[in-house]
Amino acid sequence: MPAADHSEYAIEVQHLDAHYGERQILKDVSLNVRHGEIMVIMGGSGSGKSTLLRHLLGLNTPTRGSIKLLGIDITQSSEKEMFDLRKKMGVAFQGGALFGSMSVEENVVLPLCEHTELDENTMRIMGRMKLEVVNLAGFEHLMPAELSGGMIKRAALARAIVMDPRLLFFDEPSAGLDPVAAVELDELILRLRQVMNITIVVVTHELESAFKIADRITVLDQGVILMTDTVEAVRNSDNPRIQSLLNRLPRDDAIDTDEYLERLTGI
Amino acid sequence: MSNAAQTPALRPVFRFVENVGRKTVAAIEEFGYVSSMLAESFYWLLFGRRQQQPVRMRSIFAEAMRIGVHAIPIITIITLAIGVMMAIQGIQTLKTFGAESKVIVGIAIAITREFAPLIVSIMIAGRSGSAITARIGTMLESQEIDALRVIGINPVRYITAPLLLAMMISIPALTILGDFMGLLGGGLYSIIELKITLAIYFERCADILAWDDIAQGLIKSLVFAAIIVLVSVSNGFQVRGGAEGVGRATTRSVVMSLTFIVIADMIFTYFLNFA
Repeated sequence: MPAADHSEYAIEVQHLDAHYGERQILKDVSLNVRHGEIMVIMGGSGSGKSTLLRHLLGLNTPTRGSIKLLGIDITQSSEKEMFDLRKKMGVAFQGGALFGSMSVEENVVLPLCEHTELDENTMRIMGRMKLEVVNLAGFEHLMPAELSGGMIKRAALARAIVMDPRLLFFDEPSAGLDPVAAVELDELILRLRQVMNITIVVVTHELESAFKIADRITVLDQGVILMTDTVEAVRNSDNPRIQSLLNRLPRDDAIDTDEYLERLTGI
Repeated sequence: MSNAAQTPALRPVFRFVENVGRKTVAAIEEFGYVSSMLAESFYWLLFGRRQQQPVRMRSIFAEAMRIGVHAIPIITIITLAIGVMMAIQGIQTLKTFGAESKVIVGIAIAITREFAPLIVSIMIAGRSGSAITARIGTMLESQEIDALRVIGINPVRYITAPLLLAMMISIPALTILGDFMGLLGGGLYSIIELKITLAIYFERCADILAWDDIAQGLIKSLVFAAIIVLVSVSNGFQVRGGAEGVGRATTRSVVMSLTFIVIADMIFTYFLNFA
């Protein structure tokens, strides 16, 4: 294990720039997440929060900057380092991303099948334990298509934690859920941290859920981090952008007339 | 942009040249992508186990079932029909010269060298190639491919490599079945017209056919198998734009597979016969 792993932070992002083609999505993003902390990355649609998550997961390569997960810089790491690191990360995608051709149980034990030499029964028991944790016991033989939205998210969470990861990423946990299911999922995230002491990064645009689970919140707007601070500090921030996000006000950007005309005419 | 804007008359020309350039670059890029995927698949098949990331036997067999075993009925029917058809046409044509009995030469050579591998590959491209593209495209859209990657499962190892091996086993195997069924089909019609027994028909076939003829068909079928997998997988991975994108990619995948199969067939037939 590299020495850097003993640093205070589980995740260190420095001066991250990201582009899709010509368009710059993230501008000089720096962010640290402590061990055992629940960090919520919050922002409206198009704020770049999903892009930031994709970079944290090593799915996209940044144009500039470094991302250290558990002390390993994933922008420079070898295939082998990345492969080993992935065993210590769990990800629950927004739509669950369960494999449609496999049952819930097969989905949950897939990481075990691929990364361990355990025998089938042990894996099955471990899978069922995680399904118990997310309150899905008894549903292991259903196919993902037979599950409700909330159940899919919980099954995805079970798959994400089956390897007992040290980092857990959660994309929009409450999106598309009814209020009760959303609250249950929030409770579950809090309990997981308590029991397993995982570092958790949650990307969301739901204020209520963010305030409930976060230790600290990072507010992202148009690819720039507006602030990273405790729930209380974010609530009391006087930044107009943050206030409009908190109070659900429409953005009232001043319109540059020349630029506007240029956009319309395409010249 | 500025040049074209200044001389409006030349704008279509510029646009045309620009399009040709873009298309060429895209084609070269795609060729490079497909080649590296082929190399990577073989790498995982050969060395995956050493990296503790083996290509699973179970998924190879599952794919071989889907691609090969489940296609047995349709391949049987189609190649049998092709055989009958060739016998009918052959006997009709050769009657003009009073050489009906020579029809067996035509059937035996054409089926083993050409029709069995070609028809089998076309069937599988339509049947399994399209399914592969649609499956991967849908997986991409629902973030399942991302999920694989974050779990630490290389998609090429997990999806492409088993498909490639399964296809390269299934298509030659189906070609052998097609050889036999095609010959049988030709035989069923010939024995009526030529008034010989089926045993004599097959004896004549065995006299005519050299191992080379069958080998030629099998070599081609291996190439066709690789074409189908690479074209359908790469199209699947390039899906953009939801359900419509999946549909478009599936169409493109089948059309491209068929085109490449026929062109490759032409090239291989030339070299295997004259070189």
